Amino acid sequence: MYANDFEYYRATSVAEAVELLVSNEGAEPMAGSHGLLPRMRTGEEAPPVLVDINGIDGLRSIEETEAGLSIGALTTHAEIARSELVQTHAPALAVAAQAVGDIQVRNGGSIGGNLAHGDPRADLPAAVLALGGSVSVTGPDGSSSIDATELFHGDFKTEVGDHEIVTAVEIPVAANTASTYVKYRNPLSGYPLIGVGTWVQTDDGGETIEAARVAATGNLVRSMRLEEVENALIGSAVDKSTIDAAVAEAAVDEELYRQDPQASAAYCNHLLAVRTAEALDTVLAIETN
Amino acid sequence: MSDAEDRSDKRVFGKAIKRNEDIPLLTGSATYTDDVMLREMVHLAIRRSDHAHATIVDIDTSEAEAMDGVIAVYTGEDVVESGVPNTIPTAWMLPGLVTPQYRMLAVDKVRHEGDGIAAVVAETPEKARDALDAIEVTYEKLEHVTDPVDAVESDVPPVHDEAADNVAFDFELGEKDVVDEAFEAADHVVSVDLRQPRIIPNAMEPRAAVADWDRGTEELRIWMTSQNPHLHRMLLSAGTLGVPENKIQVIAPEVGGGFGSKIYHYPDEAVTAWCSMQLGRPVKWKASRMEAYVTDCHGRDHTTTAEIAVNDDGTVQGVRVETYAGLGAQLSQFATATPSYLYSTILSGEYAIPAIYCRVIGAFTNTTPVDAYRGAGRAEGIYVIERLMDVAARELDMDPAEFRRRNLIPADQFPYQTAAAVIYDSGEYERAMDTALEHIGYDDLRERQKALREEGRYLGIGVGNFVESAGLSPSGLAGDLGAQAGGWESSIVRFDSTGTVTVLVGTADQGQGHRTTFAQIAAEELGVDIDAVNVVEGDTDQIPQGMGTYGSRSASVGGGAIARGARDVREKAREIAAHQLEASVEDIGFDDGEFHVVGAPDRSMHIQAVAAQAYLGHNLPEEMDPGLESTNFYDPENFTFPFGTHVAVVEIDPETGAIDLERYVAVDDCGEIINPLIVEGQVHGGIAQGIGAALYEGAVYDDDGHLTTRRMDEYAVPHATYLPDFETENTVTPSPHNPIGVKGVGESATIAAAPTIVSAVVDALEPFGVTHLDMPITPERVWRAMGGGD
Ligand SMILES: Cc1cc2nc3c(=O)[nH]c(=O)nc-3n(C[C@H](O)[C@H](O)[C@H](O)COP(=O)(O)OP(=O)(O)OC[C@H]3O[C@@H](n4cnc5c(N)ncnc54)[C@H](O)[C@@H]3O)c2cc1C
Repeated sequence: MYANDFEYYRATSVAEAVELLVSNEGAEPMAGSHGLLPRMRTGEEAPPVLVDINGIDGLRSIEETEAGLSIGALTTHAEIARSELVQTHAPALAVAAQAVGDIQVRNGGSIGGNLAHGDPRADLPAAVLALGGSVSVTGPDGSSSIDATELFHGDFKTEVGDHEIVTAVEIPVAANTASTYVKYRNPLSGYPLIGVGTWVQTDDGGETIEAARVAATGNLVRSMRLEEVENALIGSAVDKSTIDAAVAEAAVDEELYRQDPQASAAYCNHLLAVRTAEALDTVLAIETN
Repeated sequence: MSDAEDRSDKRVFGKAIKRNEDIPLLTGSATYTDDVMLREMVHLAIRRSDHAHATIVDIDTSEAEAMDGVIAVYTGEDVVESGVPNTIPTAWMLPGLVTPQYRMLAVDKVRHEGDGIAAVVAETPEKARDALDAIEVTYEKLEHVTDPVDAVESDVPPVHDEAADNVAFDFELGEKDVVDEAFEAADHVVSVDLRQPRIIPNAMEPRAAVADWDRGTEELRIWMTSQNPHLHRMLLSAGTLGVPENKIQVIAPEVGGGFGSKIYHYPDEAVTAWCSMQLGRPVKWKASRMEAYVTDCHGRDHTTTAEIAVNDDGTVQGVRVETYAGLGAQLSQFATATPSYLYSTILSGEYAIPAIYCRVIGAFTNTTPVDAYRGAGRAEGIYVIERLMDVAARELDMDPAEFRRRNLIPADQFPYQTAAAVIYDSGEYERAMDTALEHIGYDDLRERQKALREEGRYLGIGVGNFVESAGLSPSGLAGDLGAQAGGWESSIVRFDSTGTVTVLVGTADQGQGHRTTFAQIAAEELGVDIDAVNVVEGDTDQIPQGMGTYGSRSASVGGGAIARGARDVREKAREIAAHQLEASVEDIGFDDGEFHVVGAPDRSMHIQAVAAQAYLGHNLPEEMDPGLESTNFYDPENFTFPFGTHVAVVEIDPETGAIDLERYVAVDDCGEIINPLIVEGQVHGGIAQGIGAALYEGAVYDDDGHLTTRRMDEYAVPHATYLPDFETENTVTPSPHNPIGVKGVGESATIAAAPTIVSAVVDALEPFGVTHLDMPITPERVWRAMGGGD
């Protein structure tokens, strides 16, 4: 279908982008446009004004900071997937970025767009939630940070304000951690039917789990942390029975699943448990760093 | 062998030369319907029903009419008032068939989501689309039904008043008493309930039309995405518009796929032409992808109870089938033929089955019309017999391949009259089956399967035998069965005066490569370079007559017409050569394009030189007219019956039910092979579509009668990454009655692949006592079959 008519502006600075968002009712930022345009063409969204942010310098980089990694909002999935920094310090994110769509999508879509889009099916939110990440945003009132746990409201809605631009994604890095992401593709869309991100931190000996975060995405109403699974892990020994106990908690209320023509909520919950087990097997078996 | 060598070889029939069409297609120079731009052209968009079933209380178009750039808004009443015939006819009558009027735009009721209600013509496509939302339609919702069994068996308001029980036809093939007796006498009767879901064709190029009505001459020229331009010309003339047939030109430029969906005369193209007639301006209409999902005819939609009678010795004694076939809300042209004759007459499969009975109830439902989709009828029928062969083998505790082999029609029995009314032309079924089983290493696989099961791994081996009735069809037979059109094909084979050859033929390519294969046929018959032959299709003003491309008919019927035409041309050329070489016709030999006097090889004349002489006309045999061309109508004496065996190996993930398709072997016998590359391409695409149906596709309607699978991310056409490398082979059993021995290959692999895959998955699940799973076999279905979710 044809998208509705819209006006198009190309911003060259974050301030200008914010200014354009403020002064144009209903305006939306546009990054890789791989999330936005398909929805405009189906009529699900019809922003009257698009503010292209691809001309803004400085939003496309992966840097080590004191706290961890700072990834510019315009960094593409492909760049993240092949970044040694990300592979080393935030493997869950590298794996998730590599699992997105196909090569064109990975070369076009950006991490900022992926998170700001609020598509409950997206891969990256599960990784960012598991890694304990946050997004930096700039709006008319200045800059602030939104923790990933606050970010996703479901149904393409996020905590990012209408007049705010995501500038970067911050991923904390710590010792003795391991993380990964496991995707079960929905054959209909190629998006995850179920995707599970996990992150664990052990003691120095690698014997006890001191901290853990597990998050799911896919056919859910929104990407979310699985706190029961995390609680079953935290403080437990690194062994098979811990994984079993955690996996037993890997289920969500059936109302938290969306309708899929080919997969029931019961089946999705089953997949959630299987993928959680797989992800935990991986993170607890590999050397922590 | 390099291509260069290939192309200069006069013996091009059977060579894997690269396709003539690829350069224009791949470089983007080819013209599709949407590329056609005319002066003063305006754009049409169609307002469609949001409801499955509703009375139209009121349509208010005033706001839309007032919008900027909107030229006109029309409703179904406007079409009625214009006095055009306004009827999309059915092309195949059956006894007792109910034929409600199928109009270009709905007037009283909407009968399925997507039914056309009003037409907006505007200066741009965007403005036309925007104005659709401004049309106020007041509906009174009615109860709806989307399932063919519910439509007939439960108490729902009829889709059409003419069919109170929603039954459009109740069709029978075979003698029920005789078959019942065979069942009584047999040692075992096994039955299976099957559902073959609706398939959405998803041609790469959505349907489109550009219509240009000339008010002065009252002539209509229409470019459209058509598999059969002449049929569309006839139906536009006699069915919807009433414009004399000789004042309509239908042009099908490049067409990007069809799989059946572009055979039919839909309301939309007629509305496009009608709008042009109202306005005297060219009008373009193009379906969006979502529009295509709810308006392109769907395929399949069968609910079946099938039974097979077998004896202890492993011989099949009879087959009994009852099917409810969903037809959708209206009768599309071949909606009646597909689930009746095309389906029931193939139920013998590759097997010698003495007694066959089939009943089909065609049901109206509040859904998109259903019609032929690649494999049409034959795919559904072969699926039924192949599922029966599997369940019977299981009942007898026999290896499914061995059970099939025991029942094959032996090679010395051809032509073979089946108990399902048709006569198979030729076949060496066991040879193809052996080739496939050897290729895949069947016996070793069974060993491996056994060993893996011990480890808790589930390997499945599926065997699918198929026959296809191709080459639709002998006109007389088709007429006896109710066809409202002939089954011939026509060609003109013409030498031009400079020695090039033009082949005009009434088939219409949508990606099959006719410009290559047909050129190969003509080049071979005439002994000229393939590059000297130009094949022209898809224009009713250039090609006098034709029936089009569907039902795996182009190579056998179209190719037959070309070969016969070329032979006529060659014989006329021989007479001219004899005359000029001063020898008698009987003494003129022909080799690689050269006529020569037998025994005096230096006295010779090339056929292209003869062509020049034919047009000069200075020195022709007495009473011979100048020119060198032939018009040929070829009406085949029978269908052709391609066949083969496909084998698939799958492994099931016991945890998730995911199906890993490990190997796929296809042995096809399509008779003589014109171009192995193109045959292989057809087989690859066909397998992909069969796998799609078996594992991924299937339209779903929700409780409100809305199609929930209406976009590419809700309906899975298999991605290349979902498919293994296909291993293909051919055996060659020529069709004895076809002029070039070909049988056709367009639908074979689609027909074979779905039952082969289902057979493999069910085989893997044997330890769980599973005898059948319905398509699409999703991981969840497998998981549940293994006890998941209990
Ligand atoms: C065929 C296809 C397959 C795909 N498969 C997958 C998949 O498997 N997994 C997956 O996760 N994703 C998939 N995607 C989505 C893809 O990853 C998108 O690129 C991504 O979700 C959105 O990123 P974008 O840069 O394209 O953002 P855009 O489409 O430009 O924007 C998306 C939304 O975010 C907002 N936005 C963008 N950037 C910012 C910013 N910096 N600040 C504030 N708001 C912003 C926009 O206003 C818009 O609302 C697929 C997309 C396609 C087309």
